[in-house]
Amino acid sequence: MKIVQAKDIREAVAAMCIAANRELPADVRAAFEAAHAAEETPAAKEIFRQLLENADLARDTGLPLCQDCGLAVFFVEVGEDVRVEGSTLREAINDGMITGYKDGFLRKSSCDPFTRKNTGDNSPSIIHFDIVPGDKLKITMMAKGGGSENMSRVTMLAPAQGWKGIKDFVVNRVAEAGPNPCPPTIVGVGIGGNFELAAVNSKKALMRELDDKHPDPEIAKLEDELLAAINALGIGPMGLGGKTTSLAVKILIAPCHLASLPLAVNIQCHSARHKEVIF
Amino acid sequence: MAEHHLMTPLTEADVEKLKTGDVVFISGHIYTARDAAHKRLVEALDAGNPLPFDLKGALIYYVGPSPAPPGRPIGSAGPTTSYRMDTYAPRLHSLGLKGSIGKGKRNDAVKAALAEYKAVYLGATGGAGALLSQRITDAKVIAYEDLGPEAIRELTVKDFPLLVINDCHGGELYVKPNLG
Repeated sequence: MKIVQAKDIREAVAAMCIAANRELPADVRAAFEAAHAAEETPAAKEIFRQLLENADLARDTGLPLCQDCGLAVFFVEVGEDVRVEGSTLREAINDGMITGYKDGFLRKSSCDPFTRKNTGDNSPSIIHFDIVPGDKLKITMMAKGGGSENMSRVTMLAPAQGWKGIKDFVVNRVAEAGPNPCPPTIVGVGIGGNFELAAVNSKKALMRELDDKHPDPEIAKLEDELLAAINALGIGPMGLGGKTTSLAVKILIAPCHLASLPLAVNIQCHSARHKEVIF
Repeated sequence: MAEHHLMTPLTEADVEKLKTGDVVFISGHIYTARDAAHKRLVEALDAGNPLPFDLKGALIYYVGPSPAPPGRPIGSAGPTTSYRMDTYAPRLHSLGLKGSIGKGKRNDAVKAALAEYKAVYLGATGGAGALLSQRITDAKVIAYEDLGPEAIRELTVKDFPLLVINDCHGGELYVKPNLG
């Protein structure tokens, strides 16, 4: 049995929240640099120049990359042989998030759905727990902005619609979203499962590195096919036209009911902020 | 594509010379307002109460900045998605608002209001909040402080960099997706 102190979790989570909001992931920076070189119009190039300068400034000044520091979403893999001491795991994560958002001068964006009153400390965190074998505790944090989340959708296709139905829905969703979710985006696609699992999987898929090839070569091919179809839309960075509408498409599949073909599209803005820590 | 340097408040003549795709650098005062603040502005109008700032010639920036760290006037301050304010914008334009700053598409009612009342929709680069904050020299909350990041702030900006998305002549900068 491994004992993990709640205090250590709080500190690690606070640090992750701050770092995620200030540091553009290296894979995203590399994708910006490649897109800056590949784009042909001055307007598209200029967007990537600004985004690279923005990332440098955030790193150097400690300002968040984006003022929308997001709702704090966590995927947590809890080993069966891990015990947390000092508080519940949920409290440790949420308290660490509150500290990080306060100390890092990050925006608190959580509010009551009816009164719209801000909760004041960005709580509650949205936490997805998975119990896994072993004695490790892995906490992955994503700062998920509202603009791109608003462009995301879940649908229940008929099995007969198959891959064509999936592709049409995903591409049309990105087309309809247009400039709204801050392209270039990253598109998470949950296929199968059920209504809620498809949605969770579409978000979980966004945690992969941009250049991470799907281990199943058939799915990897579908990811490439979707990305090519999305970039053929020509929406481009910020909707100003260009080759780079999305940086990557990531698919996560799960078995589903005989009657269903659940499908979720979770759109992530270019400020793809995530970090992980393992105890 | 022309480049313009403009001071607020904007005049009808300022707006008329702006064309879709032009680059605009704004200096002077602009006012922040997003979802909750717009609701309150419209409630104030319905109740016949004065607004916290003069709409005549004004520019509203759809932004909820992050908190100002010590030694800075404001935190990161990039645009939020504009369509959520579409329901309020035409009425504000009819009362003298000369422009809004945001990102993303506007609906037909807003575009018609831009033409009718000679106003402009300007785009700032989404997700470049740290960069854009460098052009903001002062920020003070002037209304609805309880809304936190959504409070109305008067920003003092110097050469705030923007693109004309929708002008008052029916122009549209965003490309139509090519669905084949």
